[in-house]
Amino acid sequence: MATAPAQPVERENYLNKRYGLWSWLTTIDHKRIALLYLLSVTSMFFIGGFFALIIRLELLTPQGDLVQADTYNKLFTQHGMVMVFFFLIPSIPAVLGNFLVPLMIGAKDLAFPRINLLSWYLYIIGAIMMLHCMFTGGVDTGWTFYTPFSTAFTNTKIVEAGLAIFVTGFSSILTGLNFIVTIHRMRAPGMTWSRLPLFIWAHYATSIIQILGTPVIAITIVLVAVERTLHLGIFDPKLGGDPLLFQHLFWFYSHPAVYIMILPSMGVVTEIIACFSRKRIFGYSFVAFSSIAIAVFGFLVWAHHMFVAGISVYAALVFSLLSYAVAVPSAVKVFNWTATLYRGSIHYDAPMLYAFGFLGLFTIGGLTGLFLAALGINVHVTDTYFVVAHFHYIMVGGAVMGYLGGMHFWWPKISGKLYPEGWARLAALIVFIGFNLTFFPQFILGYVGMPRRYYQYPPEYQVLNVLSTAGATVLGIGYLLPMIYFLWSMRYGKPAPDNPWNAAGLEWKTASPPPTFNFDEEPVVTWEAYNYEEIDAGHKEEVPVAG
Amino acid sequence: MPDSSTALQTPTHGHADDPALLHHFAEPEQQRNAASLGMWIFLATEVMFFGGLFCAYLIYRLKYFGEFAAASQTLNWQLGTTNTAVLICSSLTVVLAIYGAQRSKRALMIGSLVLTIILGFAFLGIKADEYAEKFEKHHVPGPSFQFAEKIPGHPDQMADPNHAQIYFSLYFVMTGLHALHMIIGIGLFVWLLVAAVKRRFTPHYYTPLEMGGLYWHFVDIVWIYLFPLLYLIDLRK
Repeated sequence: MATAPAQPVERENYLNKRYGLWSWLTTIDHKRIALLYLLSVTSMFFIGGFFALIIRLELLTPQGDLVQADTYNKLFTQHGMVMVFFFLIPSIPAVLGNFLVPLMIGAKDLAFPRINLLSWYLYIIGAIMMLHCMFTGGVDTGWTFYTPFSTAFTNTKIVEAGLAIFVTGFSSILTGLNFIVTIHRMRAPGMTWSRLPLFIWAHYATSIIQILGTPVIAITIVLVAVERTLHLGIFDPKLGGDPLLFQHLFWFYSHPAVYIMILPSMGVVTEIIACFSRKRIFGYSFVAFSSIAIAVFGFLVWAHHMFVAGISVYAALVFSLLSYAVAVPSAVKVFNWTATLYRGSIHYDAPMLYAFGFLGLFTIGGLTGLFLAALGINVHVTDTYFVVAHFHYIMVGGAVMGYLGGMHFWWPKISGKLYPEGWARLAALIVFIGFNLTFFPQFILGYVGMPRRYYQYPPEYQVLNVLSTAGATVLGIGYLLPMIYFLWSMRYGKPAPDNPWNAAGLEWKTASPPPTFNFDEEPVVTWEAYNYEEIDAGHKEEVPVAG
Repeated sequence: MPDSSTALQTPTHGHADDPALLHHFAEPEQQRNAASLGMWIFLATEVMFFGGLFCAYLIYRLKYFGEFAAASQTLNWQLGTTNTAVLICSSLTVVLAIYGAQRSKRALMIGSLVLTIILGFAFLGIKADEYAEKFEKHHVPGPSFQFAEKIPGHPDQMADPNHAQIYFSLYFVMTGLHALHMIIGIGLFVWLLVAAVKRRFTPHYYTPLEMGGLYWHFVDIVWIYLFPLLYLIDLRK
């Protein structure tokens, strides 16, 4: 900055305390690590999105004209691997969670700051391995790398991709470990479990899945890698091995992984809905414990991915019933959010628009999940676009909507700048329309019989595919917009006040952006979470603010 | 302790008298509890990591019990028993090292740490000897795998070499990952030994020793399960 600005000297905060690349690469401040993650997961999101773009362009016409079958197989595999392991799983926990967990509970940092930095480096190493693997040959098995195709037949880079996921898995485990210890041991005086923001409860539940599920996919990858390199036969039916065992081990992690993606998003939406309806959340303890219930039940439903794989009908029956059971805590949340809205004083700011989007899309995604949990319908729509549409409603309509809502909600806290509200509302609308245009036609496509993972299709499916591709274009624009105006706001945005939304929660009681150790004085909590009635009545219990 | 110029070193304040207290903890007790909880959670992830293998073992042992018993009998149970004893002794020396730190018995602490490392190497040496034998007998899974043994209790029935190969696959993956954990553990204890020699541990601060000990005991317990599952399936002749 060559010219001295006329405004008063900026308060010292975590962003301006030190400058230079090295100060970022060696930082152990959870807020800076969150920004490192933000940069990395955003890059991976656009790489994964690029693969999706080619897929949608190929499917514009019934013939295989843009890419050939082999390339197409690699495109959808790599779209899945990048989006699942390098965007969806780390997105909210590693960016918003990392930034907010210590702030929300009134701690100076996470319990293990160095391990937090290590987890980012592991993520980066895994991401580099994955990118290297992709651009030197790639993988064509689908992100599920089912055996024996992955171990005995395909000649693509399974081992390298597997190791990339293995390394990134440890990054995820370390994040979860750090959160659990932090939430148990680092809460400020007065911050009891029943006063924790529900964002924290959601991250606690997520962390449980991360630490108990991820090691299982790690050992599964090890087995696939040694089987492929040394020809062991653990999953090879020729030698008496059982490919179904692979599927069991794989989905034991990969189904709960869906909840790693959606639970943090639910936490974000809870915060937003309470703030923008200016009400205490309805049924706090139900929302809190439904997160834990989802984490627990989430571990008991994995075989619903295997109904047509040859498991016993009795097992299928049990897993079908349990899959219905996991819908109960999810529904509890939806009803509680709706009840919170009831008679609330609702503000339609951009974060709230995303939260509304989440509510509708998650409900559709969840209900179609119940269709899939029903054994008869499942047989009919297995491996069709119905399944593709269902999980995109959960992961993109749910998880990404929540992530974007959260980014808007906390952007003033993270950057110290306000984003342009008009553009943000427009972007939220574009994302919502683009999303539905992309994925709703896929429900119909799947139901009338178009299978997933094919690069050609009969001409009668073209109209719906064209709609879907058009929607993907709109969606892509909707995703680019926030990136542009967030970057713009960092330089030109208005300075954000400490609490622009007049929100409850400790993170709003410190400066924007916060100082390195978060609070100038250790906060003491004497109020319940979401005391919006009190705040709006003017009984503001302010913690002394920096300055 | 003044603010350091490198970003990785954390400034301390408040408890300037306690160099081991990191900046973001209010008191040593909180820091110790955090480390301990973190270690237990890490061990939970380790349980799940090995859990996948135990699950595979369970399924194939039920499916191919005859071959598992036949393959198990080719292992050297005397060496396995010796290694079990070696590991149990090493767990004792770990506990003695922590006791030494708590009671300021420096010689006991350092001696026990050295003994632990020696016992760790002894275990790995014996394990390497067993592995070498597998190579000689062509019991290593892969293209050159051979297995021509009868199923115990069924003198007229040969074991299916493919199924025996699954046993040896699991044997090598399970004991191999266990050995890898042992190697990491030895590295950890060399580091702890250096710290102990540099007088880093006091009766008030010995958290790293305790955490290293937890890890070592865990690796020990994994072996306690592996030993009967792999070596003692069916000893009746």
